This record gives sequence, C-alpha cells and structure tokens, in this order.
Amino acid sequence: MDHFLQIAASGVVTGGIYALIAIGFVVVYKATGVINFATGELMMLGAFFGWTAMTVLGLPFAAALVVAALGAAGVGALVERVVLRPMLGQRPISIIMVTIGLSAVFKGIAQIAWGGEYRSFPPIFPRKPVELGPIILPSRQAWPFLIALAAIVALAAFFRFTRTGTAMRATADDQATAFGMGIDIRRVFSLSWVLAAVTAALAGVVVGIIGGISPQLGAVGLRIFPVVILGGLDSVGGALVGGILIGVLENLAGGYLDPLFPGAGIKEVAPFFALVLILMVRPWGLFGTREIERL
Amino acid sequence: MLIGNFKERYADDEALFRTPASRAGLWVLLAAALAFPFLAGDYLLYLANLVGIFTIAALGLNILTGYTGQISLGHAGFAGVGAYATAIAATRLGLPFWAAVPAGGLAACLAGAVVGMPSLRIKGLYLAIATLAAQVIFEWVFNNWTSVTGGIRGLNVEPASLFGFAFDTDRRTYFLVLGAATLLAFGAANLFRTRIGRAFIAVRDRDISAELMGIDLFRTKILSFMISSTYAGLAGGLWVYFAKVVTPESFPLSLSIQFLAMIIVGGLGSIKGTLFGAVFVTLVPEGLRAVVQSATTFAPDAMSWLAPMKDILFGAMIVGFLVFEPHGLAELWNRVRRFFWLWPFPK
Repeated sequence: MDHFLQIAASGVVTGGIYALIAIGFVVVYKATGVINFATGELMMLGAFFGWTAMTVLGLPFAAALVVAALGAAGVGALVERVVLRPMLGQRPISIIMVTIGLSAVFKGIAQIAWGGEYRSFPPIFPRKPVELGPIILPSRQAWPFLIALAAIVALAAFFRFTRTGTAMRATADDQATAFGMGIDIRRVFSLSWVLAAVTAALAGVVVGIIGGISPQLGAVGLRIFPVVILGGLDSVGGALVGGILIGVLENLAGGYLDPLFPGAGIKEVAPFFALVLILMVRPWGLFGTREIERL
Repeated sequence: MLIGNFKERYADDEALFRTPASRAGLWVLLAAALAFPFLAGDYLLYLANLVGIFTIAALGLNILTGYTGQISLGHAGFAGVGAYATAIAATRLGLPFWAAVPAGGLAACLAGAVVGMPSLRIKGLYLAIATLAAQVIFEWVFNNWTSVTGGIRGLNVEPASLFGFAFDTDRRTYFLVLGAATLLAFGAANLFRTRIGRAFIAVRDRDISAELMGIDLFRTKILSFMISSTYAGLAGGLWVYFAKVVTPESFPLSLSIQFLAMIIVGGLGSIKGTLFGAVFVTLVPEGLRAVVQSATTFAPDAMSWLAPMKDILFGAMIVGFLVFEPHGLAELWNRVRRFFWLWPFPK
C-alpha cells in the first residue's frame, strides 16, 4: 500500500505540472481555436529565460520566475500578432502546421542562443525531503509542485474575479456576443497567448528544476495531448483533472508494468494508449463540450 | 498567348493533360530524369533517391490530407510499418524485392485501416491528435518488439535484384525508385479522375453534404487512409532497399512532420505540388549546408551552427508558406504559367 501511495503521490506531482501546461493550452484553444504544438518549446524558452536570470544575472529565484514569465509573455504576444493572427479561421491543417513550424524555429533559436548541452538549475530549495505520512517526496519534486499549484490557483482566481478574466470567459463562450458587448476580441486573443506562454514558462522552469534543461526539453510538450483530450479540449477544469489523472496513470504504469517488461518504457507510452482509448469512447473528453454539427 | 485550346468533348475536359505542351513537358522531365544518373555524382544520386522515396510517401499523405481533408501525423509510422514488413518478408520469408515491397505496402494498408477507424467519429484537430498517438505507439513498437523488429539494432537486408541485375549502388537503386515514383504518381493523378477519387474530394469539401449525396463516409475515409498508408508503406519498402537496413530511428515523428511540410510547401491537393514540395524540402537544407560549408573559410566554427539553422529554416519555411503562399509552390507555378499563357496581355 505504501508503495502504491508513493507512486501515486509522485504521479500527482507530475500531474500538477501537466495540468499547469494544459490550462495554458486550453485557454488558447478556447479563445482562438488553435491547437498549440509549440507549447513544449515555449516551456523550453521559459526555462532558459529563468536559468539565464539565475546563473548569468545572479538574480534570486523569485525574480528569475518573473523574468521567465515576462520573457515568455513577450514571445507569446509577438507570435500571436505576427504569425497566428493572419491564420485565424484557416483549415486545421494550416493551424497545426504553423505552430509546428514555430516550434522548430524556437528550438533552433534556443540552440544558437544557449548551445545544445544539458544544464541544470543551481540548488534552490532546502534539501530536506517532504514527508506526508507514509509518503516521502524529494524536495526538488515537492516544491516545484507547490509552485505549479500556486500558479493554477492564481489563474483560476484571475478568470473568476477580474474584469479581464471575465471578458476572456465571455469571449470563449460566445465570440459574437462578447464582441457586441464591447469586448476587444483581438486583445483577448493576444492575452490568451500571453497567458499560455506564461503558464508554459512557469511549467518549463519547474520541469527544468526537476530534470535539467536543454533545447530538447520541449519534447515534454507532446504529453499534454493525452491530458487535454482526457479532460476535454475546451475545459479548464478538465485540464486540471486530466493532468492529475494522466500523471498518476503514467507513474502507476511505470511503477507496476515497467518491472514486468524491463526497458520497454511503458511509462512514456501509456498515456498515448489512454489517449486512443478516450478518442474511441468519448472523444470530447470528461468535461469537454460535445460538438454538434449543423448544415 | 495560349489560343485554340477548346474543350469540345467531355473526354477533353477529363483529360490528364489539358494541353499538348503539358504532355510534352512531362516527356522532357522523364527524359531528364532518365539521363540524370549518367551525369550526376554519387552525392546527388543519394539525394535523388531520397527525394524519390519522400515523393511517394508525400503523395500518399497528400491523397489523405490534401484531397480527403483528413490530417495524419502518423505517416512516418506507416512508412515504418511498410519498411519493417518488407524487411521481414525479405529476410525471414526470403521473398524477392518485387514481392517484399508490395507486402510492405499491404501491411501499411492494414495499419492505415486500423488508424483510420476513429475518423468517422472524430475529425479535424482531434483526428490529428489520434494519428499523433498512433505515431508514438508505432515508434514504441518498433523499438520494443525486439523479436520481430530487432529493436534498436534493426534488420539488415540484401540489395534488391531482378533477373540477376543487383540494385546494389545508389545509381542502380535510382532506377527502381524512379520507376516506382513515376508509376505511383500516375496512379494518384488518375485516382482523382475516378468515382472514388471524386468522392474523396467531396468529403474534403464538406463531409456532411457528401454524405447527403450518397457517399458512404466511413468507407470513403477508411479507403483514403488505406490508399494513403499503402503509398507510405511502399515508400518505406523502397527505403529498406535504399538504406539496406531498417532501424526505429528512421521513422520518427519529425519525419511525419517533414512529409506534412512537403505537401504544405508544394501545395495541398496537387500531385505536381507534391513533387515540388518533396524536392524543395529535401534540397533546401542541403543548400544551407553548402552555404555554411563555404562560410567556414572566414568563420571556422560555422558548421556547429548548421543543425540549429536547419531547424530555423525548416520552421520558417512552413510558417512563411502558410502565411504568404498557402497554396504552395504548385500555385506559384500556375501563376507563372498563366503569365506566359496570357502574354503579352497583363493578367
């Protein structure tokens, strides 16, 4: 039982991070209908911004987080304005490919700016592991998880209580009506990309602390697809639940199946089997809106 | 100015070549392609084989994505299935290449049918994600089903041979690839003059309307997946006889993306465009390599920048075409052609 709890707990930690990335992804999808394949690369850029702020500029960790968020916000706003705005309303294939193209550009730029080698953050948190009853979490997992959690709560509060957050929710709900009520749709589009970039950057720093950073960090971005499909592409709550579920599933599969098939890497592929299953049974996910087509 | 090109019968309207000039152009292209191996060096021939194989796979993807409107991020996976099936047929069953490559096509066809199953319920972005999952799962199987695929060590294959003529060098393999690519390109072009091909286009333009006109959506979509993945599988089979070895890392997600880039750059829903795209996307990074190599004379460490610059160029190419020339090189070609047709009048 302790073994199970231990595995499940580190699954929740991973899942919390997935949830953070997935929320940014869902916000963009809801506002603009764009599936963002460059999420992973935005994470990677954010992680490098944070790393540079800490090691090169010597800033404290909190300031580095702010730098990472601001840097990524700039990238997000720029990308939305220059590349994605002209693509609005295009075929799905074009929208997918344009974000894939962006991810290649980001990866190339990061390789030129920071080199291809593997780097790690300087130690930030107290080394003492966190103990919760029978569960022991290493500190470099527990603290980042708390950061992710704080970011999610802050985002939820933003959507719930601020004027801008309400405007964004209204736009996602019904674009034409929101426009009619005087909401600046273009600002909402831009803002949703900024938010997605900021959540990706925070998640990137968190992932970087746990596992180190390199231009290949963006590969983690693929994992959010099972998460958002399980939760529902257009549900922020679903992203949260889906993230945790997929994180736990991944760790359970890793913990129980990997010893049976040594070296098979079941942990990496299990979420994708789950993804196929969900698409077969309930393509709109747990909390997503079921699309009804009319002629 | 182009004059006297009147369509007087339905057959003229349906013809593969609208004008005598375009037919003549094709003969010239074929003649040039046949003369190419006698003039080009080894490296160019290697690239030409690569282009030929990629053209076949991209043709398949264009049938599915460009003509039927179903997105696939799993075409490298289908090519991999074809490659492994070909290699297994050749080594374990001892089949000659002219049976092993079609066996690869058949295996990929079945894989395509399975992956295409969800396409009735889900479409657009969701389908793209489903095929992405298929790609990840295929790659995982290639890596881990060691008893069949040989794991990361892969499978080695003897060169193809026909009537005692061994296709053992790139120069000889070239004829194999050229023959297959030509046949399959004609096959694809003719496909869209048939009932099935027209149904694909109808499904792409508006699937519900197509269904109301009596097109069986499920059958049509599955058929498109099957034909498309057969092309990819045949390309994979040829790849085996080109590389003489098949390993899991030959068919990553990035190859699927490269195929998509080819049809975007070349032109969605255009056979000619697919060829342009395969040539362009394969050769532009090589051009970059040549430029960077010549830059080493005044910047000795320029080569270390090659890989990231390739990434940037590749991404910029996709984004640039989508934003500025969404119909790809095929449309550019048509514009140039129209200019000469109408010359000396402005368009």
